[in-house]
Amino acid sequence: MIFIEKLSMENVSSTYYSGTQRLAVLEDVSLHVGEGEFVSVLGPSGSGKTTILKIAAGLLKPDRGRILINGKDITGAPQLVGYMPQQDLLFPWKTLKQNAALPLLAVKTGKREAYRRVEEMLPVFGLEGFADYYPVQLSGGMRQRAALLRTMLVESNLMLLDEPFAALDALTRESMQDWLLDIWRRFRRSVLFVTHSIDEAIYLSDRICVISERPGKNALEQVIELPRPRTKAMMVTKEFTLYKQLFINALAS
Amino acid sequence: MKKKWASIKANLPAAVLLAVLVLFWELVSRTAGIAEYILPAPSAIAVSLADNYSLLLEHAGVTLSAVLSGLALAVVVALLLATAMDRWATLKQAVYPVLVISQAIPIFALAPLMLIWFGVGLLPKVLIVALVCFFPLAVNLVEGFDQVDREAVELMQTMHADRWMIMRSVQLPSALPYFFSGLKIAATYSVLGAIIGEWLGARAGLGIYMLRAMNSFRTSDLFASIIVVIILSLAFFKLVEVSGWLVMPWRRKTHKISED
Repeated sequence: MIFIEKLSMENVSSTYYSGTQRLAVLEDVSLHVGEGEFVSVLGPSGSGKTTILKIAAGLLKPDRGRILINGKDITGAPQLVGYMPQQDLLFPWKTLKQNAALPLLAVKTGKREAYRRVEEMLPVFGLEGFADYYPVQLSGGMRQRAALLRTMLVESNLMLLDEPFAALDALTRESMQDWLLDIWRRFRRSVLFVTHSIDEAIYLSDRICVISERPGKNALEQVIELPRPRTKAMMVTKEFTLYKQLFINALAS
Repeated sequence: MKKKWASIKANLPAAVLLAVLVLFWELVSRTAGIAEYILPAPSAIAVSLADNYSLLLEHAGVTLSAVLSGLALAVVVALLLATAMDRWATLKQAVYPVLVISQAIPIFALAPLMLIWFGVGLLPKVLIVALVCFFPLAVNLVEGFDQVDREAVELMQTMHADRWMIMRSVQLPSALPYFFSGLKIAATYSVLGAIIGEWLGARAGLGIYMLRAMNSFRTSDLFASIIVVIILSLAFFKLVEVSGWLVMPWRRKTHKISED
């Protein structure tokens, strides 16, 4: 049997054009995510991390290289994936329930059925009783959870998360990380997670790909062998610190 | 309750100023011996309003039907055109400048043409109203569609939403506030447009009522019709505001949950 990766990006290069300016964003980047694997892309701001996700989702066509999902070449064709952009992008004109139901309605699920499934998931996401609230009425953490619920309801096994917790305060962020791991363990999705926080990447991931500063290149790939389920106590262990040192060095060079 | 008080308090200065002005006007016209056909006293205008109440309503009804049909026509055409311009960039490049140029033609110059082409019935008024209302609506809608968040559209694409769903759940709602600010402008223009149309030739309507009052030097009747026009315009403006408030419930919600 041939092993097929959930997602693989092969030798992807991308250039950003703005008027007469051209800016090399990614250069020969390769990465892959296995079935049920949690992979993080770690890189400084402006290393083209968001571009990686957009290319993986088929929203952006790279200059060179190709993207395979389940072994199929999808380069430059928008895919059905659980894509979560940096801002939560909950639509202000829709209630929490209507926002979360969008991915179901998009694939022609009946309205009643879609809302039923959203309501069913609300307790899991700590949003019970808030179905009819508008995003503006919710706190930052709740908005992120709502956006994640919407992402989970995309009927795809692949999730692409773009710094989902970057806008949250430190405490909310930490509780959201635990909560994300809990959700991930329950639903076993393949995750490509973008972040610029070393701690967050180590804490969450099975494997980390470090991308260098612009133009983004593969700088380091490291498997994280901390046991699961992860606990915050692990963040002060020797192994964690060693990983951290490794990534600090990789990002500095 | 508190909110109500605040709104009364905010409007008080304007109300007082208006009352003082009317009072001053009444005094001047009574004491200075100005002929009534030059400047009738507010009390005389009030009498004219009361006397011609049903006649004014009749004419207002005719004007209102031209205003409403014209506005509806403008909304439909603006919506269709703005959507098409958003969809096809070339169409926008072709049409948008022409649209702007067309606004340099004063409506006073166009209105007679409408009458020559379509007679003195309701149709030319409807068209004039539609013409003046169309521009603010179309321009605001185009701008609204331009402001749509590209990321939101991409997000919908990763859900495999079709074009119609993206239109319905992203583009239209995010353009709605722009649409309503265009509609506010259009609503005030619309009454003006109808009256201009009626001036130039009609069988009934506030414009014709004004013309007749003017020609027979019944100046208080003229003022009475002006007041009706003001009321009509204000009511229209308010109606647009209220419908915006109803159609966009999310705009009146405020933050409720504290950070967790």
